[in-house]
Amino acid sequence: MTLSLLRRPEAIVAVALLLAMVIIGLVNPAFWSLDNQFGLLRSNVVIGIMALGVLLVMISGGIDVSFPAFAVAAMYLTVKGMVQFNYTGVALPFVAATLIGLILGAFNAFCIRAFRMIPLIVTLGTASVVRGLLLGLVGTSTINVDKMPPQLIDFGKTDIVNLTLADGSRYGLTAMILIYAALALAVHLALRYTMIGRSLYAFGGAPEAAARVGFDTRKTLLFAYCAAGALAGFAGLLHSSMIWLANPRDFVGFELDVIAAVVLGGASIFGGKGSVLGTLLGVFLLVMIKNSLIIMHIDTTWQQVVVGLVIIAATTLTAWRDRMRVA
Amino acid sequence: MKTKGAERGAFDFRRLINREDNIGQLLLITAAVFVVMAALSPEKFLRFYNFESISFVFPELGLLSIAIMVAMLTGGIDLSIIGIANLAGVLAGVLFHRLAPGASASLGLNAVAGGIALALAVGVVAGALNGFLIAKLRITPILATLGTSQVYSGLALVMTGGPAIVGFPAGWNFIGNGKVAGVAAPFLIFLVLAAGVSFILSRTAFGAKLMLIGANPKAAVFAGLDTERVVFQSYVLTGVLASVAGLILSGRTNAAKSDYGASYLLEAVLIAVLGGTNPAGGRGTVLGVSIAVLALMLLSSGFQILRFSNFLIDFIWGGFLLLVIAINVMRNRR
Amino acid sequence: MDASLIELDGVGKNFAGIRALDNVTLAVRRGEIHCLAGENGSGKSTIIKIMSGVYQPDEGEILIDGTSARRLTPVESVHHGIQVIYQDFSLFGNLTVAENLALNSFLRESRRLVSWREVRRIGRRALDRLGVDIDLDAEVGALPTSSKQLVAIARALMSDARLIIMDEPTTALTRNEVERLMTIIRAIQRDGIAVLFVSHKIGEMLEIGENLTVMRNGRVVIEGPIVEFDEVSITRHMTGHDISTAIYEGAGDPEAPPRLELKGLTVPGAVEGVDLSLRSGDIIGLSGLIGAGRTDLALALFGMRPHHTGEIRIDGKPVSLRGVSDAIHHRIAYVPEDRLTEGLFLTQSVQRNILASSFDRITRGLVIDRARAEAWTAEMIRAMQIAAPSGSTSVGDLSGGNQQRVVLARWLLTEARILILNGPTVGVDVGSKAEIHRIIRDLTVKRGLAVLMISDDVPELLGNCNEVILMHRGRFVERYRAGSATEEALTDRLRSLR
Repeated sequence: MTLSLLRRPEAIVAVALLLAMVIIGLVNPAFWSLDNQFGLLRSNVVIGIMALGVLLVMISGGIDVSFPAFAVAAMYLTVKGMVQFNYTGVALPFVAATLIGLILGAFNAFCIRAFRMIPLIVTLGTASVVRGLLLGLVGTSTINVDKMPPQLIDFGKTDIVNLTLADGSRYGLTAMILIYAALALAVHLALRYTMIGRSLYAFGGAPEAAARVGFDTRKTLLFAYCAAGALAGFAGLLHSSMIWLANPRDFVGFELDVIAAVVLGGASIFGGKGSVLGTLLGVFLLVMIKNSLIIMHIDTTWQQVVVGLVIIAATTLTAWRDRMRVA
Repeated sequence: MKTKGAERGAFDFRRLINREDNIGQLLLITAAVFVVMAALSPEKFLRFYNFESISFVFPELGLLSIAIMVAMLTGGIDLSIIGIANLAGVLAGVLFHRLAPGASASLGLNAVAGGIALALAVGVVAGALNGFLIAKLRITPILATLGTSQVYSGLALVMTGGPAIVGFPAGWNFIGNGKVAGVAAPFLIFLVLAAGVSFILSRTAFGAKLMLIGANPKAAVFAGLDTERVVFQSYVLTGVLASVAGLILSGRTNAAKSDYGASYLLEAVLIAVLGGTNPAGGRGTVLGVSIAVLALMLLSSGFQILRFSNFLIDFIWGGFLLLVIAINVMRNRR
Repeated sequence: MDASLIELDGVGKNFAGIRALDNVTLAVRRGEIHCLAGENGSGKSTIIKIMSGVYQPDEGEILIDGTSARRLTPVESVHHGIQVIYQDFSLFGNLTVAENLALNSFLRESRRLVSWREVRRIGRRALDRLGVDIDLDAEVGALPTSSKQLVAIARALMSDARLIIMDEPTTALTRNEVERLMTIIRAIQRDGIAVLFVSHKIGEMLEIGENLTVMRNGRVVIEGPIVEFDEVSITRHMTGHDISTAIYEGAGDPEAPPRLELKGLTVPGAVEGVDLSLRSGDIIGLSGLIGAGRTDLALALFGMRPHHTGEIRIDGKPVSLRGVSDAIHHRIAYVPEDRLTEGLFLTQSVQRNILASSFDRITRGLVIDRARAEAWTAEMIRAMQIAAPSGSTSVGDLSGGNQQRVVLARWLLTEARILILNGPTVGVDVGSKAEIHRIIRDLTVKRGLAVLMISDDVPELLGNCNEVILMHRGRFVERYRAGSATEEALTDRLRSLR
């Protein structure tokens, strides 16, 4: 029983995660402090929600690099709208941002289906289009904290738990983590217990068979990319709510990080395999590595190199394991 | 089909039009872009100065696009080309600063030669690492180069500490800004390299094997094609092309930074595909990619003259790609 | 009142100017086992697609249970109880057996939610109905081909099927697995379900079928009860001419030293201490069940099993074969079984395909000598009689028989002296089969090749080999000289290996 548990791809990430935590903790036990852990969890939220979307797309056999562009577009348009109309609520803007992301995602699905081009290329194109339109037509100026809708900032400030450090500074576990957890649970349930979720696995595993067997592959594609877009849109607005500003040039280069996290979590880049648990672990691992260099007294300029080496190590292990299995 | 000396010219021309890699379509698109842009702003667009400035910016993107094309020929991709380009420029800059601290801008040709050698060496080593991971360890190219791109950019960041390295010698800047016999120096470099790569792909055994491996990797093994070595070498080639692009870029801007040209990656992929390269492998030409670069540079230039914001130009690039793909699909359906 | 379940009446179908089907009339009765025979390109797949609603006929009618069903769609076809099992089975390798079985039902019932207990229940029931025992939690992709086929059949049976169409079902099966399939087909028939067995394997059709329809060039050539046909007459109808019944007696000097000699060749887990002598002019056939080790033996000779042990001698001298380049260096050639995925570069030209293994010999320095490349290609096209408009034609545009000739041409160009063929005419129609056999025999004699032919096709072995060896569990267990074995004897012996 334990042996089969270990063979699951999530097991490898979990072990790697534990190992990394132990090592970092040994170098600097401050790693284990609550305020550091809370901070790490906080950094997980936005990237994690986007990763859930990328997971859905990857399971369906595709790759999406347009989600950061969609996130930033949804965020900027919504915040600008809020400022313009002096809107005071919080719920409607989130719905709006999610909707914007959803519609953009639908555009992706349409292009991929209509053009039969590989999703990487199509989403490169749509990302370009969306970012270009946003910066070119809507504007390039950051909405600073003094102009930001206050209720949005307050929302982002919400903590579940509030504690004080020895030196008097306060810190807390952000309530956003609950939103993250809820979304992760929802995606997991959809993947495991709904037909549309299983259709992602089927389509990712064998697209022609999926059509023959009777899946509505159009709906499958639409679901994957719309969900990814919606999650990205939501995460984008959440991000601005948590950092208290809306910068339309944000998230550049983000896509590679998120894809790396999802792959670290055991999803197959070829489709048909992947799980929410794996993604959660992969995101945590990536965020932890990125944020822990300071604690380990390593210059932050080494961040990229370390992340790169982790990705190389992880993919080497995966390739080696796959080869062992075939042999 | 027998082709002998004199006949060959005519034979090739016919093939040019009928080829599947739609060179003809590309030429038409380029001509259309040219005509439209010229019509919209005849005075500014048709000035010699305009084309001259294009010829200075064209080479970097052209080389990067060809580099991506070579990686795509085997069904792979190289996401680390920007990292390699920047690292090459940064390391050369560091070398110059070490050789003559504070007076790097006045270094002579010997130093410049050393810098060039170093930059190329970066391309070879980085490409070799990519090739090793992909060909020997069998890591899928997207993931391997995702990792290495972070490593190369990261190393460049560590070397510079963040800000750009400046103060390159005059000889170095000549590579990016100078003119030889009236033609932009970087453009000449591009022509030579493009011709070289084209020759390699179409006339050498290596090139033929590369296309076959891309067309069917399994059959390539059964045909005894030493896939590992050929794929490895193709990533080294990609690395070298990327490092030359970095060389030219830092020469043109007299600066090297770890995150220059971040948008170049996506543009290079778009151009490679636009130029008729099949991302799944087995199809692609230097000529097609070069024409695609030209088309898009003319497009950008025209829109810049029309005072479109740079961002709208990004939008147009993306839209252009989607449009061309759509046209291709419709043509194939008929 | 006709007892026909589905009937095609005067059906015609065109594709971009090609007449794929011409005035086809064909009826499958309830509960019958009907065989549809024909070469590749005869129209069999078009008929399958019309019956399953994927294509619509341009002329004629489709009748289901006596009523017209002109605009049949795939959904309607399934509704009428027509299930197709394609050659690739259309299964999901990344999902479990149970899920593969249950997905169909869930889709049909338009379910939105998944209950995993229900999934197991449905899976169990489907497998029980077929009387097979496969691990429900196994990943389908990891199963052997015959198990995958059983899962596919089980799935087809789940949906109140009344007609199961099997497209080339025995291509990847060993004799034993074919037997098991036949038993299952008979069991299906006992349940009142009709089976349309679409194939070009004449022996199996004669064994299982009740009625037969033969197609050629899009037309029905003949049809009737299977008892009125035999191997020769079916072949004649499929191709228009008879197959040869000659045998190959070998060529070359039997006293000459062997070209290839194996002593105690062992591939761990697959081949156990095999001895073999192959002389110039020999075509030695190698048969056995799947898993007997034949392919591993062949791959070892081609350098793809570097961990093998034992002695290999070529022309009396010991050689080391630890890589494909070693094998090619010693003039060993291997024509793999699956030419589409392992042999050919479909998007590339005939020229490139033929020269694929010879590039290093037509270069001056690093550059390819164009004149030599064209000359060699033209020579091979002529010698192998490849029907292609020119050397620059894409290989994907050629017929199956011509494609196989391109692969053979590639290896003959390397001046191979030892030729290993693995299933040289698998999936090739009867007419092309005979021609390829002729080419192989001619070349063996003319060029003094030493040939090892791995095959499951007993008539092919008996007609082309001067010696046939049976392999079982990694060992050679029986040897027959040319003319000393009959088809029945060989088939029986193979069947007895367990």
